[in-house]
Amino acid sequence: MQDAGQERKRRQRMRSLAIAWILAALVVLFFIVTIVRLGGNVADRPL
Amino acid sequence: MADGGLPVVHEAFEADAGGDIADYVALLKPRVMFLVVFTALVGLVAAPGSMHPVLAIAALICIAVGAGAAGALNMWYDADIDSRMARTAARPVPRGKVSELEARDFGAVLGAGSVICLGLMVNWLSAALLALTIAFYVFVYTMWLKRATPQNIVIGGAAGAVPPMIGWAAATDTVSLQSFVLFLIIFIWTPPHFWALALLRTKDYARAGIPMLPVVSGPDSTRRHILIYSLILAPLGMAPALIGLGGTFYAVIASVLGALFVVFAYDCYREREGESADRAAKNLFAYSVLYLFLLFAAILVEQGFDISCLLPLPWTS
Repeated sequence: MQDAGQERKRRQRMRSLAIAWILAALVVLFFIVTIVRLGGNVADRPL
Repeated sequence: MADGGLPVVHEAFEADAGGDIADYVALLKPRVMFLVVFTALVGLVAAPGSMHPVLAIAALICIAVGAGAAGALNMWYDADIDSRMARTAARPVPRGKVSELEARDFGAVLGAGSVICLGLMVNWLSAALLALTIAFYVFVYTMWLKRATPQNIVIGGAAGAVPPMIGWAAATDTVSLQSFVLFLIIFIWTPPHFWALALLRTKDYARAGIPMLPVVSGPDSTRRHILIYSLILAPLGMAPALIGLGGTFYAVIASVLGALFVVFAYDCYREREGESADRAAKNLFAYSVLYLFLLFAAILVEQGFDISCLLPLPWTS
């Protein structure tokens, strides 16, 4: 039973880590895409 | 409990413990995903104008995840069939590595996420096409056609044929004749590709109760259908050269590949008994994958490196 519990915890940890990495990658992707889509328009905005 | 208890406990533990990362990757059908991304990339590169590389990569990631989502939803719904077929029995859901509901939720979240992200980051036309593709694959092919008619993969094949149109739409925000021709090539390619596999797995499909053409109409009728579709596919493969998607390089590659496809299909049509029949079907199946890959690679090379101008075709110069 202890083995099963440890295995469950190990898999949960692996899944949590994978989700964390994917979320971090998404944040980076959204940031870069936002910069690309804004392009030079940020500099041209009326002040 | 004494006899049948152990597997039940084992399965209960597996589902309870959840899957490994590899099981979730398997739910996405990585090999199908690769072909989808590759054909979408060709649509994207072949499209007129230019697209920022970052947006192109973002579009391809969304298309890949969308394709994976469709695969996961397919594995959720088809878990009962998959467990009865040797080819699919080792998938994560039949093995008890991932529960059915988890596969469904995984697919639904990825599907919705990929469509929304594609819409927000690239454009809503490509996002709508991606949504349509996922919905068609899951609701029309998986839930309806697959178990209902021997024409399942003929009509259902439309879902796998859309990715070049999504790539094209991502780059241009339009749907055009050129992108529709790319769709049509994959659409006509799909039946002979899958029927070659079905000839090898007829018993498997019959046991699972799936009305594939060899199960319903028999292997001879299937071989005839394969040959007919191949005879349509070979000239259709040349169409991109007629509408400006390919030049001389593409025309040569497409004609050789198309002729070879017909040769393999005819071999499959002729060999009907024993090991030679199996070998012919296996060869056709393997070649069909190579055919599509090389055909689209030829467009990618010609358009990507812009070599069509080096050897212009008579009607394009």
